Order: sequence, then structure tokens, then C-alpha cells
Amino acid sequence: MMPLVVEAYGVGKTFGSGSERTEALRGIDLQISTGDFVSLIGPSGCGKSTLLRLIGDLASPSEGALKVNGKSPGQARLDRDYGIVFQNATLLDWRTVQKNVELPLEIMDFPGTERPARARDMLDLVQLGAFAEHFPWQLSGGMQQRVAIARALAFRPSLLLMDEPFGALDEMTRELMQQEVLRLWEETDISVVFVTHSIPEAVFLSTRVVVMSPRPGRISHEIAVDLPRRRDDDTREQGRYFELITEVREALRRGEGNTT
Amino acid sequence: MGTGTNRRVARTGISMLGVIVAFAILWEGYKLIWTALGWESPVRPDNRTMPHTWDIVLTLFQPAQRNGPPLILVEARAALLTLREAFVGFVFGGAFGFGLGVLFVRSRTSERAFMPYAVASQTVPILAIAPMVVVWGGRLDVPQWLTVSIIAAYLTFFPVAINTLRGLRSPQATALELMKSYASSPRETLWKLQVPAAMPYIFTALKVSAAASVIGAIVGELPAGFRGGLGRDLLQFSQQFTAAPEKLFAAVLIAGLAGMAFVGLVTLAEHRWVAAGRRQPTEWRAETGR
Repeated sequence: MMPLVVEAYGVGKTFGSGSERTEALRGIDLQISTGDFVSLIGPSGCGKSTLLRLIGDLASPSEGALKVNGKSPGQARLDRDYGIVFQNATLLDWRTVQKNVELPLEIMDFPGTERPARARDMLDLVQLGAFAEHFPWQLSGGMQQRVAIARALAFRPSLLLMDEPFGALDEMTRELMQQEVLRLWEETDISVVFVTHSIPEAVFLSTRVVVMSPRPGRISHEIAVDLPRRRDDDTREQGRYFELITEVREALRRGEGNTT
Repeated sequence: MGTGTNRRVARTGISMLGVIVAFAILWEGYKLIWTALGWESPVRPDNRTMPHTWDIVLTLFQPAQRNGPPLILVEARAALLTLREAFVGFVFGGAFGFGLGVLFVRSRTSERAFMPYAVASQTVPILAIAPMVVVWGGRLDVPQWLTVSIIAAYLTFFPVAINTLRGLRSPQATALELMKSYASSPRETLWKLQVPAAMPYIFTALKVSAAASVIGAIVGELPAGFRGGLGRDLLQFSQQFTAAPEKLFAAVLIAGLAGMAFVGLVTLAEHRWVAAGRRQPTEWRAETGR
């Protein structure tokens, strides 16, 4: 049994109080092993982003027990255990691409001599080495998102949290980015929690798809993706890939049905 | 600063000159037409009320006093003195305003407590504040020019405080969460995210403040009884207006140029420190949009 990066037992999250009270998550039980690539998928309002934010200690659970790398999420955040990528790249536009990737290294007090080399390595990894001195606004949306990924990985976290990172990209760019993320995942043995709306994306990327349903947000199904770990464009044409897509789609539909 | 900046400065200079020439033509054209038609409103076109543009320029090169240096030299020297007071006030006021902005963004309580007074301070006319500062400054043996600077600072800090606050709040929620995910200290978040994000806002305020500090210095010179600055001369020339109107216009011209030079310097600093494409405080560009 691989050690667990994320353990959630009966995690719930409630926003507001009184008539404004909304239950975003209820009774979440989830275990993610080291090296897993887990997608959280579900309709809007199913709490998938909230769950990601709880793991990242950007919000706190209202109930239940949540551990990241065996610690409280807060401690894991202070230990810089995870990197995060949002839907918009959130690059600082007064910094060059290189300096954007160096940002977490500066904050985490990496030695000044080490930072440029490390940032450059990361940029090479996302194939943007030639754009180190460009400014964010000179890059396309896909390239900006690659910079954001390089930045999230620069300090070698053991966990990568991605919140609909390709939601704003066109289909072609999106597929390229998916390949890219898989390649990074293979090369770095990092664990990934990936929030998405897209069924094909979830199936193509993940070792496990966690299907969520709304009101209140909860996990309705978990589907193990038994495709070979190495995936490429051919994967997208395999019968098993389509079966899994159908499976996830049906799980989603069934989740929608049983509203409490 | 590269040749790009030089070219930009040259282009700005040429456009400014064009405006001055156009204004002079309008001025003289007004005089010509109104005189020919015998109109007297809104402004009488005679040389007492509207001296000829060339007379204004000529006055600049005539001695201000019998056998003294030409007016332009006297006023240039006065402008430099006033600019020095304005600059010191601008630096103090700017620093104080920035500090207030930082304080307000750190603590909502302090914003709620002090902001109303900061606003109120700007509704009190500077003409009422200036004499008090002069009297207190006199009691404390503060040099006269510094008293004037304090009055200039009074006009400077508010726009900087307001815009600093706005700028510090401009980063998107995700940018702040990103910093949180790095376990960044509030200080690092301030210096690495919020302050750089606020720079376009701050520079916009600094340009307003640069002009305001010159006004503050000119007005401050009057109750302070400060001699040798623009304020005293403007007052004196306005009293002599009926006898020699072109002198007042000439002095106003110099005061205007002094203010523009100051704002120009701030703009140069802005070009130096804020990257192209970020100079206007636009909303944070959403990189990928949605």
C-alpha cells in the first residue's frame, strides 16, 4: 500500500448561516495515494473546487478529518507540500516569465544562486525555455498556463492541485496541455488532484475519477481508470477509453438524479 | 533611458509647443475680432485686460526692477525655490500617503477609524490650514521653507493614500491565494504582490500630487511671508495688474511651466519603473479570460 497524500473522513463544509446557509460538501471520504492522478468531476455547485481548496488550506472544513501528507492541511501548506494552478494563470505581469517562476523560490528563501537555474529547468520542462525573458502578456493563454505549471512545480512539491487549469483554453491547446501534464506527472512522480468539467479530460488524465454530485456536494461514484499508464493520442481512440467515458457520464447522470 | 524615451520626450515637446502656438493664435484672434466688432463680453479685448502675447513674452526679458536682471531670471529663480519646497512636501506627503494606504489595507479597523478624517482634511480649505501651520512652525523654529513644504505635503498625501489603497487591493483573489499557498508572510505578499500591482495607481496619484504640491507651495508662501518664491511675486503682480498686466501673465506662465516640469519628471520616473502596458491602472488583466 502506497502512503496516502490525502485522507478525508466525513469532511463537510458549510458556508454562511441561517437562511443564507449553504452546505457545499457533506460526508466526503477520500483517500489519494502517492503517485495517484485523481480527477474531481461534477456539475457546477458540486463542491469540487471547494474540496480542492480544503486540501490546499485555502478554506477550512466545517466538520470531519482531513489530512495532507499525514498532517493538517494548514501544516502541509506551511511546509510547502503542494503547488497549485488556477483556471487563470495568475502570472504577475510586471515580472518576466523567468521571474514569475522564481517567485515561489524567492518566498521560500531558496539561495539566490540556485533560483535562476531551477526556474530555467522548469521552463525547459514545460518547453518554454526560449520565452524566459518574455512578459506574460506576450504569451498565448496556453503558454501562460504552462508558466503557471512550471511555477507550481518549481519548488518540487509532492502534490499538485489543479483547479480547472485548462477550462479557458481551446480544444487543441487543451489536448496538448493534457499531454504535457501527463508527461510531467510521469517524470516527477508527483500526486495530482485535478478539478475539471470535462469527462474526456478526466478519463484521459486520471488513474481515478471521483464523480461528485451537488446539493449538498458529495462523492457519488469513484471510477478506477484501468487504461495503461502511458497515454497518448492513440489512447483517445481506444475502445476502453470510450467505455470509461460512458461510465463516467452515466455516473454523473445518476448523481444528478438522486438529489436529497 | 533609451532613444525611445528621448523620442517620446521630443514628441511631447513638439505637441506642447503646438498647443502654445495655437493658444496664442486664439488669444490674438479673439482680441482682433472682439475689437473690430466692439464686443466686450465675456472678456474685454483691450491691452489692460488681455495684453498681447508678444508683450507678455517681451516682459519676461525686460528687467523686473530698474537695472535689475530680466524678469525671466528672477521668476526662474523664484520657481526653483518654490519647486524645492514643493518637492520636499511631495516626498513627505507621498511617503505619508503611501504609509496610510498600507496601514488601511492591513487593517480595516484603522481604515474605518482614520479614513473619514483623511477625507475631512481635504475639505478644509488650504487657506485656513496654512496660517496655522505657519504659526506653529514659527513657535517651533521650523525653517520657513519647511513650513511651506508641510503645507504642500498636506495637499499631496490624500490622492496618494487613496490610490495606494486601491492599488494594493487590485490583485485578484487567486493571486492572494497563490501567495497563501506559498505560505508567504504578509510582508512578502505586500512587497512582492501588492505594491508592484499598485505602482500604476500610485504613479497616477503622484502626477496629481506633483501638481498639487506646487499649488500648495505657492499658497503656503503667502501666509508664511516667504520671499523669493513664486507665491509672493504672483501676489505682488496681481496687485499691480492694472498698471502692468503682462507681468502677472508672465509669472503665471512660469508657474505653469514649473508645475509641468515637475509632473513631467514624475512621468519620466513612471516610464522608468513601470513596464509598458501597465501604466494605466486598468483592472488586472485576466490572463486567459473566460
